[in-house]
Amino acid sequence: MTEAVLDKPTVRTPRPTGSPDRARLGMVSGVGLGISVLWLSLLVLIPLAAVVAKGTGSGWSGFANAFTDQRAFDAIAFTVLSSLGVAAVNAVMGTVIAWVLVRDDFPGKRILEIVIDIPFALPTIVAGLVLLTLYGPNSPIGPDWYGTKAGVEVALLFVTLPFVVRAVEPVLMALETDVEEAAASLGASPLPIFRRIVLPAITPAVLSGSALAFGRAMGEYGSVVLISGQIERKTEIASLYVYQQIQNDALSEAAATATVLLVISLLVIAFLNVVQVWAARRG
Amino acid sequence: MASRGLVTGRRAVWSLRTLALVYVAVLVAVPVVMVFARTIKQGGRAFVSAVTSSDAIHAYQLTFVVAGSAVVINTVFGVGVAMLLARYEFPGKRLLNTIIDLPVSVSPIVVGLALTLVFGFRTGWFGPTLRNLGFQVIFATPGMILATCFVALPLVVREVLPVLAETGADQEQAARSLGANAVQRFRRITIPTIKWALAYGVVLSIARTIGEFGAVRVVSGNVTGKTQTLTLLVDQHAEQFENGAYQLAVVLIIVATVCIVAISFLRPEEGA
Repeated sequence: MTEAVLDKPTVRTPRPTGSPDRARLGMVSGVGLGISVLWLSLLVLIPLAAVVAKGTGSGWSGFANAFTDQRAFDAIAFTVLSSLGVAAVNAVMGTVIAWVLVRDDFPGKRILEIVIDIPFALPTIVAGLVLLTLYGPNSPIGPDWYGTKAGVEVALLFVTLPFVVRAVEPVLMALETDVEEAAASLGASPLPIFRRIVLPAITPAVLSGSALAFGRAMGEYGSVVLISGQIERKTEIASLYVYQQIQNDALSEAAATATVLLVISLLVIAFLNVVQVWAARRG
Repeated sequence: MASRGLVTGRRAVWSLRTLALVYVAVLVAVPVVMVFARTIKQGGRAFVSAVTSSDAIHAYQLTFVVAGSAVVINTVFGVGVAMLLARYEFPGKRLLNTIIDLPVSVSPIVVGLALTLVFGFRTGWFGPTLRNLGFQVIFATPGMILATCFVALPLVVREVLPVLAETGADQEQAARSLGANAVQRFRRITIPTIKWALAYGVVLSIARTIGEFGAVRVVSGNVTGKTQTLTLLVDQHAEQFENGAYQLAVVLIIVATVCIVAISFLRPEEGA
């Protein structure tokens, strides 16, 4: 850097980007970008715009249906509350599991690693069927949560299990234990050590993992289809309601609630960005 | 490892370990094992007849076509977009980078609704025009492929992009100065650089696309023996109390487990 400045003080980087690896678009890459943008528009942007357009199509009153229609309102409220609860449980349990995976050692830990990934890889409808065998009417151990709110919440916990674990695990791995050991040797007990040393380091990861879990729970469908019994104004979460409206050809009502879900997704994305910036600023 | 535990105290370690194991067992492991137990209890003959029924065979074929097409499309798109984002500067780059991630946070039902509103053949924005040209998208395979592409869109990009960004363009530029053309550079340099990340992204995509349910349910019309993928068939068997739900679920669990094991082998290679 200094050498370059000394040699030719007037010459600056020829590319405005400042990154020597990045070129301006040529013919082939330009066409590639064009095709990619066209594909993204057809697949994602135009369809999502169509949902918002349909949801707000008859003006504000059509959109307000999502809040004034009792069934739609109940579905959204139940979804938001359950998802918040699911995010909170994940924040705690995900951190515990991540801690056990990183700091603890016992036979079969590798199996636990694999089991954690099952909810990501398992088709959601299979997840629902799997849960129905243990928490449904033919359960060998007792609880029958078919058609109850508890059943829906168990399904949401199942599909969101890996988010916090996988967010916190790498941060814990990178965290040196010497500060904790020093604190312990000076007589600090485990809980304050965790609160003062470990928790501040993993907070951004816990927050973003929980936000991802919240977002996933808000839109979940497949895993709750079977166990919820799809009971209106009781176990009907937002996606179940939207699906029913599509089946009834009530596309405006479906789109109004879908728009609410989209807005919440965007808020989650915004929150994740804020957490990322905050974590980066803290170093 | 043992010394790390000492900081926290043996009793605390034991209780945290127990809590984690019980939670994961009750939520995931025991239910999955029970589906296997139930399948075994119903016997080998029930298994064979369920996984070889004509509906099941048709569902395998359709799942293969839909998931296969979506994986191929997303892999081509994913590698292309990752190269654009890693190697070029253009206006709107950050926006493109953000939009790629959007699909994972959209509910699959909303995905299905969105595609129906655009491609639905009666009232969709483009649907009637496409129908006049002879294309049916919704309630047909193309719509199912679109829905599956949508839900799995970022998986390949997000694996390939960091590797491309990290390695930089030095080798590619060196090859260019030595006279290698674009195809040679891509085959000899880019592909070897990204192959593990690409493999990881493809396996993730396979698991995700085979398992898609909600979005495909909306756009497919869910017609038995016609537009029913494997997950839709499992749902039908389960909701109608027909035989076969557990057996086909076991097939899907085995596929998912193979994917997870493949992923766990590919993961360390990524860093190497």
